[in-house]
Amino acid sequence: MRVKLIAFGLGVAALIVLPFPLSDFHTVQLATVGAYFIAILGLDVLTGHSGQISLGHGAFMAVGGYTTAILMSEHGVRDLWTIPLAALVAGGIGLLAGIPALRLSGFYLALATFGIAVVLPTILKKFDGLTGGSTGITLFGKPTQTGHGFQVTILGRHLTNNQWLYALTWTIGVVLFVVVWLLLDSRFGRSLRAVRDSELAAAAAGVNRSTYKVAAFGVSAAFAGVGGALLAINVAYVSPDTFPIQLSLYLLVGAVVGFYGSIWGAVIGALLIQFLPDLVHQVPHIDDKQAGPTTFFFGVVLIVLMLLLPLALRVAALLTNRGYPRAQ
Amino acid sequence: MSRSAGCGSDLSILELRGVAARYGEIRALHDVTLAVAEGDFVAILGANGAGKTTTLRAVSGTVKTTGDVLLDGSKVFRRTPEGMARRGVAHVPEGRGTFSALSVLDNLRLGAWVQRGVSQRDLAHVFEFFPRLYERREQQAGTLSGGEQQMLALGRAMMAKPRVLLLDEPSLGLAPLVVREIFGALRLMNESGMTIVVVEQNASLALRAAKHAYVLETGRVVLGGVASDLQANESVRRSYLGY
Amino acid sequence: MANFVQQVVSGLASGGIYGSLALALVLIHRSTGVLNFAQGELATLSAFICWTLMDHGWGFWTAFGVTIVLSFVGGAAIQQVIIRPIQDGPVLGVVILTIGLLIAVNGLMTWIWGGAARQFDGPFSTEPITVGGVAFSKQDIGVIAVSLVSVLLIGLLFARTKLGLGLRAAAVNPVEARLTAVRVPAMLAVGWGLAAVLGAVAGVLAAPSLFLEPNMMRTVLLYAFAAAVLGGMDSPIGAVIGGLVLGVLLNLVGTYVEWVGGELRLAVALAVILGVLIVRPSGLFGRAAVRRV
Repeated sequence: MRVKLIAFGLGVAALIVLPFPLSDFHTVQLATVGAYFIAILGLDVLTGHSGQISLGHGAFMAVGGYTTAILMSEHGVRDLWTIPLAALVAGGIGLLAGIPALRLSGFYLALATFGIAVVLPTILKKFDGLTGGSTGITLFGKPTQTGHGFQVTILGRHLTNNQWLYALTWTIGVVLFVVVWLLLDSRFGRSLRAVRDSELAAAAAGVNRSTYKVAAFGVSAAFAGVGGALLAINVAYVSPDTFPIQLSLYLLVGAVVGFYGSIWGAVIGALLIQFLPDLVHQVPHIDDKQAGPTTFFFGVVLIVLMLLLPLALRVAALLTNRGYPRAQ
Repeated sequence: MSRSAGCGSDLSILELRGVAARYGEIRALHDVTLAVAEGDFVAILGANGAGKTTTLRAVSGTVKTTGDVLLDGSKVFRRTPEGMARRGVAHVPEGRGTFSALSVLDNLRLGAWVQRGVSQRDLAHVFEFFPRLYERREQQAGTLSGGEQQMLALGRAMMAKPRVLLLDEPSLGLAPLVVREIFGALRLMNESGMTIVVVEQNASLALRAAKHAYVLETGRVVLGGVASDLQANESVRRSYLGY
Repeated sequence: MANFVQQVVSGLASGGIYGSLALALVLIHRSTGVLNFAQGELATLSAFICWTLMDHGWGFWTAFGVTIVLSFVGGAAIQQVIIRPIQDGPVLGVVILTIGLLIAVNGLMTWIWGGAARQFDGPFSTEPITVGGVAFSKQDIGVIAVSLVSVLLIGLLFARTKLGLGLRAAAVNPVEARLTAVRVPAMLAVGWGLAAVLGAVAGVLAAPSLFLEPNMMRTVLLYAFAAAVLGGMDSPIGAVIGGLVLGVLLNLVGTYVEWVGGELRLAVALAVILGVLIVRPSGLFGRAAVRRV
């Protein structure tokens, strides 16, 4: 536990210090990482801890993002206040989605959520009265945007817009991280994991499986909603192309890279989603006009990780089994 | 009582020497040595957890072991279930191993996998033994009763024309009448030359059917001999026969 | 009225494509219990290989023959190298792996062949023929015919051959199958190999109408899943009939339900998937209850 607290402290310290040496552009990139981080936290709760596969979390991000965009542009709500509202809307939809999800499991739940992620852009384009259709909604310069997109003053200090976005995203990120941490360490978390590991045993122990599974859906959707809202605020624009099927799949990649279920790895996953494309472009002889190589390497990373994961877990178990008597 | 009940290794079709096996950290067999002569009907008895099932698994290669397993006097290293099946060792596990989603006929056809084709004569032979299987031949095997599934398992084994038949708890969960039918069939099969090794918790039943028997306790053979002798044996009576 | 018939005919044609990919999905599910999210991309890859061979001057049938062989080998290899290590583990692992395969193959195709759509000259002509005001082509008939023939062949394989029996046994009860001397690992590899062959057929059937590009099967995959679910995940005939029904359904709903129009076809397919899985999981032709929990 102490190790975790120290790690947490170091992490927060790093976050505070990081923007200073970095350029403004990198700062806003890290802000986007923060948005993904929050969504991956949600995915960790759902898939890692309650064992329900979601290939469609991009859809919940979209719900959050569009909630923010619509509230900001049509209803004059200041961007900050849209965030909790986005969480509520996304979370509500998540709870609703969790109910039919109870009847599906394994591959079939994956299929259903995959379908939702594929269908979402078409639905967004269809209801263009609300969503602005293919053109989307632009938030830049709107009066509802804090700092009007230029400068923000807090406690007498002037922050550039990007620094503000970074601070906003990661403050919320850290707070939500603590929330998840406490949640998973509590009875809620234990019940979730019981349900994940053995539904039968959990039921025998009196855990109401359905309630926890649906709750997990709601919580994780809310988190993704917040992530989506922050993404919308960061980019100051939403369109159906902001939330394609790739996003859902890459979120899963991020969750897996972070050893799915381990919220501590979520940062690594989020970093991967944001920066792998750039890393791939660094490799010589790769034509970075095409998306091909990046996509290919994402896929390979996923495959390799899944193949190595059992091995890695065994190594980890061996390493932490200090003093455990080993028979011949 | 001697450790080995068979007639000696030259006539043994199956032999275990110093076989040990474990599941992860738990040692199930410590040192099992026994021999089965060709054409014999051997029962392996013992309490729950004594290692009876594991002994059969050791022969068919379903579990990793140390020690030697000999078939017809020669050691068989690296046993795999498919390999042992091809060598003529048929293993019917606890729970019958029925392919519930497939039809009765398909189950029997599967039994003949080791043969080159499905011989209609072999099928007819099985149906003679177990007429009820013929009635239900197109039915999904999972819809059969426990006793019928046991007959199906035996039928599958027969289709493979094995030299040694290993049976794990054939009487489990079956009504006494059905059990008698099953053991009657086993006796007939043995009389036609098939070597049979049966693992049974129902000691009295097994000792009445078998010619020879071994008793296992915590992964070791503690007694072995002619079945009728063991039936009369004081400690066997008290521990396993209940009187 | 003519429009109605036209919609039905076109629906059957596209449905044939969905059905042929659905057949591959069903085969993999039936023989290994896996829903292969990468099936569409693998089918497209096979089509690309065939196209490349034809581009180098080979005739269609020679190119197709080689493609079939390569697809079989590739499918079996993928199962042995990538799927086998984790197929006994949690479902999530296999799902993620097939997603990874989807992403990787898609990226690979874009990398090697680029994103531009190409013309693919299949064995059937795409020239439209008009009969009684209804337009269709030999390609459309060919797609439906080939799908039905494939179902027949697969059905015969499963029901009548020793290999089919082994495939079924390995899928239903692998532990016990080994005791019957069935070489289970080989069966699983063959299952994937055959599915890859069916995928190649689907890809080659689709390419002339859909134009060959890396994302060709992206939406078809969802339609194929809907077809397979509708027909019953373990039923080959269900897959093809499900595909035909779905194709016609999508066209009719798209034409006659104003609100759905052309844009929400995918949503209708998703509704089919959700509806069937929740209300009647075994689909139209499925036998045993689909393992949901």
